[in-house]
Amino acid sequence: MTEEVSAEDLAQPTRGMTVSDEVMIQMIDVHKWFGQFHVLKDINLTVNKGERIVICGPSGSGKSTLIRCLNRLEEHQKGQIVVEGTELTNDLKHIEQIRREVGMVFQHFNLFPHLSVLENLALAPIWVRKMPRGEAEEISMKYLERVKIPEQAKKYPGQLSGGQQQRVAIARSLCMSPKIMLFDEPTSALDPEMIKEVLDVIIELAQEGMTMICVTHEMGFAKIVANRVIFMDGGEIIEQNEPHEFFENAQHERTKLFLSQILSH
Amino acid sequence: MSEQAAHYAPGTHPDMPAPASTVGVRGWFMHNLLSTPLNIGLTAISLFLVYIAIPPIIDWVFIDANWRGETREDCDRVGACWVYIRIWFKQLMYGRYPNEELWRINTAYIVLILAAIPLFMRTFQYKHWVAIFLLVGYPVFAFVLFHGDTAGLELVETPLWGGLFLTLVIAISGIVASLPIGIVLALGRRSNMPVVRAICVAFIELWRGVPLITVLFMSSVMFPLFMPEGMHFDKLLRALVGVMLFSAAYMAEVVRGGLQAIPKGQFEAAQSLGLSYWKMMGLIVMPQALKIVIPGIVNTFIGLFKDTTLVLIIGLFDFLGMAQAVATNPDWLGFYVEGYVFVAFGFWMFCFSMSRYSQHLERKLHTGH
Repeated sequence: MTEEVSAEDLAQPTRGMTVSDEVMIQMIDVHKWFGQFHVLKDINLTVNKGERIVICGPSGSGKSTLIRCLNRLEEHQKGQIVVEGTELTNDLKHIEQIRREVGMVFQHFNLFPHLSVLENLALAPIWVRKMPRGEAEEISMKYLERVKIPEQAKKYPGQLSGGQQQRVAIARSLCMSPKIMLFDEPTSALDPEMIKEVLDVIIELAQEGMTMICVTHEMGFAKIVANRVIFMDGGEIIEQNEPHEFFENAQHERTKLFLSQILSH
Repeated sequence: MSEQAAHYAPGTHPDMPAPASTVGVRGWFMHNLLSTPLNIGLTAISLFLVYIAIPPIIDWVFIDANWRGETREDCDRVGACWVYIRIWFKQLMYGRYPNEELWRINTAYIVLILAAIPLFMRTFQYKHWVAIFLLVGYPVFAFVLFHGDTAGLELVETPLWGGLFLTLVIAISGIVASLPIGIVLALGRRSNMPVVRAICVAFIELWRGVPLITVLFMSSVMFPLFMPEGMHFDKLLRALVGVMLFSAAYMAEVVRGGLQAIPKGQFEAAQSLGLSYWKMMGLIVMPQALKIVIPGIVNTFIGLFKDTTLVLIIGLFDFLGMAQAVATNPDWLGFYVEGYVFVAFGFWMFCFSMSRYSQHLERKLHTGH
């Protein structure tokens, strides 16, 4: 259920959001190389249902690569990745099953320019979940209203602002009713005045209990939404903690250096 | 005309019409043809060239031409002898197809046009069925009609097929086959599977590397040498297969260019939504890629249409081949110019129509967004 976000809520991490014991994602001893370049080193990560994970770190640290491994946009060479009980291997059936349950939002939106907004949203339900067109369009309009732009349904992506496009992209992923949402720097390509409207949508999603992993530089957002912040550097997970501890009591040298750089302005 | 330099207080300047010399027809002439001394000179030279070239052509083609008559005496050789074209019209259109059976070809033309009309109607619901009929049912139907030897139709062997009819058979077969095969080859060339990629690269480079004339020559002369004794493939069929594979290789590269222009993010977004490889290609990637390369595709089609004239080398008499053959008729020697002009005009009509349709398609699909 959605609660109105009060000033109190914003001042503290999201309350009343239960993190269950059910394990959604497990990464066990995961390594990845691009050719000879060792880009993910011994990644061990467990994500439970309802958790909101924020991953931060300098560029080139492997944050995007990590989450892209979760829906097989990148392949890992060593270790195990298990999503909702299904292991990610070269088996196409497993991959497609996992991709149906994991939604992804990209930095550059990646909307389909030759389709209208409504068609963008209804495409996957129709062709992947085999829904009849009427039902798919109903669901699409519902999510368009959720992201507060139902009037844009017939427009084409090129006619929308960046913030609107990203909200359409979020709605597009939600139309597949995923159990897990991955955000790859969702606001990095947006003008400052549009960042808030997109973050608000993500915060609402979090309050409804969506399991999510978000790669972002928006530390204010991390403080509101995350129940765990992970710092990555050089392909390794350096440190992870709940937000308050993470930002106030960083343990590792590299974490402290990174925080001092990004929190200074 | 002198313009008064009137000044107004800020915020009170009225909207005024543009100077007459810059708008409308006069404006266009002034700006494009007469704006600088160089342009005035070029305009004068162009007008002069038009004056010396166009009237004689119009005289030859229309005014002094002979349209009526039955024999070569009716042509006084001042203008074009269109009598010649009228007399040999059937041969130029149909080759040596028997006169009594021409209705079969005309029926096939009419069915094709009637079946294609719904595709151009905006609100027609069943375009998919029409497309399937045209791609699968019509070729069989047309072949039976043309070739005969079944359903009570008399056999007309392929060496008798000729003229514009033969050109259309070869060109349409090549065009219709080259796009789907080309798409598959392009996808195969970009595949991650090494064997698939190797086969596609080899195919494309082999067929692109030899001239079409060699392909036709090989199909006609060399191919039968490798066939077991007594096994005969129709010469036209061999030529058709050669043309189809040749144009598919060219089309593959055009399509691959379009695929390269699609940002990786489109593939990733489609994959992350759970779309399978073929659904991703069919719904997301191909519509965008093909739209981008419409100019390249139509260009290849137009080139193919004209390349069909090479079948003369293997003894098939297409539109141009018939014009050449007819020009050697002893009663009508010396009229080869009219023949070539007519054939050139015919080719130009088809090619220009394709070009115009492609521009219409581009406008309709808003390719320039």
